[in-house]
Amino acid sequence: MKTLVIAEHDNGALKPETSKTINAAVKMGFPIDVLIAGNNLSAMSSQVASIDGVANVLVADNSVYEHQLAESMSDLVLSISDNYSHIVASATTTGKNFVPRVAALLDVAQISEIIAVVDADTFKRPIYAGNAIATVKSLDSKKVITVRASSFDLQGEQSAVAITSIDTVSDSQLSSFVSVEQTESERPELTAASVVISGGRGMQNGENFALLNGIADKLGAAIGASRAAVDAGFVPNDMQVGQTGKIVAPNLYIAVGISGAIQHLAGMKDSKVIVAINKDPDAPIFQVADYGLVADLFEVLPQLESAL
Amino acid sequence: MKVLVPIKRVIDYNVKARVKSDNSDVDLNNVKMAMNPFCEIAIEEAIRLKEAGTATEVVAVTIGPKASQEQLRTALALGADKAIHIETDEKLESLHIAKLLAKIVEQETPELVILGKQSIDSDNNQTGQMLAALTNRGQGTFASKVVIENGKVNVTREVDGGLQTVALNLPAVVTTDLRLNEPRYASLPNIMKAKRKPLEVIAADSLGVDLTPRMQLISVEEPAKRTAGIIVEDVAQLVEKLKTEAKVI
Repeated sequence: MKTLVIAEHDNGALKPETSKTINAAVKMGFPIDVLIAGNNLSAMSSQVASIDGVANVLVADNSVYEHQLAESMSDLVLSISDNYSHIVASATTTGKNFVPRVAALLDVAQISEIIAVVDADTFKRPIYAGNAIATVKSLDSKKVITVRASSFDLQGEQSAVAITSIDTVSDSQLSSFVSVEQTESERPELTAASVVISGGRGMQNGENFALLNGIADKLGAAIGASRAAVDAGFVPNDMQVGQTGKIVAPNLYIAVGISGAIQHLAGMKDSKVIVAINKDPDAPIFQVADYGLVADLFEVLPQLESAL
Repeated sequence: MKVLVPIKRVIDYNVKARVKSDNSDVDLNNVKMAMNPFCEIAIEEAIRLKEAGTATEVVAVTIGPKASQEQLRTALALGADKAIHIETDEKLESLHIAKLLAKIVEQETPELVILGKQSIDSDNNQTGQMLAALTNRGQGTFASKVVIENGKVNVTREVDGGLQTVALNLPAVVTTDLRLNEPRYASLPNIMKAKRKPLEVIAADSLGVDLTPRMQLISVEEPAKRTAGIIVEDVAQLVEKLKTEAKVI
């Protein structure tokens, strides 16, 4: 019995989700191999080999895997799946895309976005936008799992283990990459930041999001948004925190002009400390906030920036 | 071309789910049910393809108890041409749903299947990908833009860090993100007309799919409650509390 973890990266850098997913895999109790699939991965394989708990690193370095298209990724994972009882990836958009395809090809159910490992077959996962936590036991001989990285810790380091390359390449030809449009940002990544400041509909327009910049700079924070702010076109959609956006659990989450709908809370209510700034004292966000400030955000944000 | 749109009946998205007191599941008795919001977007996209002359027929399908026909009628009122109800009272898993849908794909031979990216009850985000795997089709998940040209479908996908566009050979499977479109409302005349549109009912166990559970639901619990916080007077007090009490800045 061995576990295969598929590494999360963008070809340039390893994502912290990889280490956190390995942390979850360690709790499943079996030796862990990590698969890195991508293009020009050289530095990354040794980085993975030094994550505590990893037994072997498998590297599939080929232009076919550069964009981690689901069809090729699932064929690759399938080709080595015989050796593993557990196949585990992060519940990022990459993992969510190819992992269910792997599960179907293996004819097993998939367990999505686990937040805790009870034992090797049993896991906890949120359902109904995080309003309930289900404990589910897999009855399949192989477990195919995605992990909510924000619920697990970073793994420590070890002296590097062996790295093996996988040379067989399968290109499904069912799909091809056309283009990518990356949102440029100097700030920490939303899902990895220890402080997140998010704006909602109350920000009124995209220009006003600049009011969050100074505060984010001083706190080293990432900037997020509610669905209302994204739908209104204030900010790009990859900034969205919530059931259908990103799930974050920073040390400090500051919600500015966000009412606190069920779908938004699903993405941030596991934050350690929540601060809400809203002029409506009845906004549901105050029911989960550790510190609430009932005030006009346009008066308060400049004050907050200068106070930090 | 023919477009197949699988839809799901779920708890209304504004309703806060309540856990049963015996922790066996979420209580859905007397709870308002509706079409899953992502499925509404899938129907809307299919109707738009039909209005643009790209699609010739839109078929809506659902798997579930008799009451799910209500959501199929909604799909018909929104513009679907016919509906298929795969009837079952069992609570099926994504893999079962994908296998049943694969049978319908075999029967209906749609060139495009459009599904929601996830249902807001089980939050699995699996069915579309599994269906694509079982029918050996390319998949365009989390779509915010769908363009059909030259025998291919170009799908712009919402991914971490931005947008990615992929080209899929047809036939293909697409799953919708929230920003794909703004679903329309059904007008009263269309709701009346929908009652006369064809709705085929098929028993789930007649399709030859093994529906044995692969997962056991051990328990369902309320998430840990957050303790009530305090309202601070002003910014100075907020910063002071964050520094000395919460120690997070």
